[in-house]
Amino acid sequence: MIELKNVNKQFGDHHVLKDVNLKVPTGQKLVIIGPSGSGKSTMIRCMNMLEKPTSGQVIVDNVDLTARKAPVAKVRQSVAMVFQQFNLYPHKTVLENLTLAPIVVQGVSKEQAEDSGMAYLERVGLKDKWDAYPMQLSGGQQQRVAIARSLNMHPKILLFDEPTSALDPEMIQEVLDVIVGLAEEGITMVVVTHEMGFAKEAADRVVFVDDGRIIEDGTPQHFFDNPEHDRTKLFLSKILR
Amino acid sequence: MGPFALTKWEATLSNYPIFLEGLGTTLIAAVAGLVLALMLGIIFGVLSTASSKITRGLSRVYVEFFQNTPLLIQVFLLFNALPLIAPKAVIPVVVVGILGVGFYHGAYISEVVRAGIQSIHRGQLEAALSQGFTYVQAMRHIIIPQAMRVVLPPLTNQAVSLIKNTSVLAVIAGGDLMYRGDSYAGNMGNYGPTYIIVGLLYFLLCYPLAFAAKKLEDKQEVS
Repeated sequence: MIELKNVNKQFGDHHVLKDVNLKVPTGQKLVIIGPSGSGKSTMIRCMNMLEKPTSGQVIVDNVDLTARKAPVAKVRQSVAMVFQQFNLYPHKTVLENLTLAPIVVQGVSKEQAEDSGMAYLERVGLKDKWDAYPMQLSGGQQQRVAIARSLNMHPKILLFDEPTSALDPEMIQEVLDVIVGLAEEGITMVVVTHEMGFAKEAADRVVFVDDGRIIEDGTPQHFFDNPEHDRTKLFLSKILR
Repeated sequence: MGPFALTKWEATLSNYPIFLEGLGTTLIAAVAGLVLALMLGIIFGVLSTASSKITRGLSRVYVEFFQNTPLLIQVFLLFNALPLIAPKAVIPVVVVGILGVGFYHGAYISEVVRAGIQSIHRGQLEAALSQGFTYVQAMRHIIIPQAMRVVLPPLTNQAVSLIKNTSVLAVIAGGDLMYRGDSYAGNMGNYGPTYIIVGLLYFLLCYPLAFAAKKLEDKQEVS
């Protein structure tokens, strides 16, 4: 369960998030859509405190992360994030990328971390790349490794910040397939994306963000077939043709 | 008789234990100084990239002080101040040299480390933090190992100039290679051969380091 309460974020004079209120119940697959610069990335980055809100509260699994001395690092162990730019550790092999945090942060034994790591690599179809370095992989492969890396923390919540935006078009599908596969499980997922097909297929709920506010919130069906706001209609008319 | 007369060479070379002794002291000062400089450099380098204004300020003061005053003055000050601070303590002169070059080059290494850390893409720190690493863990496991590759060449430059700078010990009778050579030459008048030999010995200390670093750098480029 993730809750944003009256969250504001300002970068200098720039007011990026304006009184955002959002509750993501356990198990929900939430897709956040919005034009670039709307604040959707900042919103998801507040959920694991990579951005600290200027005001308001971020509550994850009943822990207020905005409180003083909040156990942010501890909570982040169960809130994995997949980034637009993958952000794999280039000096580590694929398998080491998967095992480093479980070993160092969670105190899992090396053997156990490697066993579960290999299982997740198999799941994303990259078992044979376990000893390659990230540089040797394609963008799509790197992103699948990044997903496996996040899974190897056994998180309760998965955050995807535009996971396919940096990929060549022909690699987008292989990454989306993995994410759709995950969506079929009970895990809580928040996905910032421009992939409307993915939103239709995998989301329980879609929110539309514009100018730092959530202006549309409902099922994918509501969002695509029946949007309330003119801004949403305009956006959809540009994107779906 | 010219300054490089054969007899002067013979006399100088036959006194080789003097130079070896000096070389030993220089080695001790260089190795210990380098260890100190690396520790200070990494600590202050990391502090200068932290988000806290206090740690950044602390690091700034350290770096600016040691970079913008001559090493010679720092060593003089240290040499004359230590007996005032601890009148009873018997502090070997070489320790003054170690502290001197350690703090001086620590300031430069701190800047090298800072630049190295800042050259690593911000996404690396974010990925590490998002996985639950603390800032210090992220530095240790993710950022510094990557930064080290970047900083190796400038770090080697610092190590080489640290070795050469241990020669400031000569001005406080530190017993190092420069001091021994200087006092031998002064006593015997064999200036020419002495300074050539001393210079050659410094070269022998420094060049392998620069060479090894170059090799390591080439190897990393391949991988």
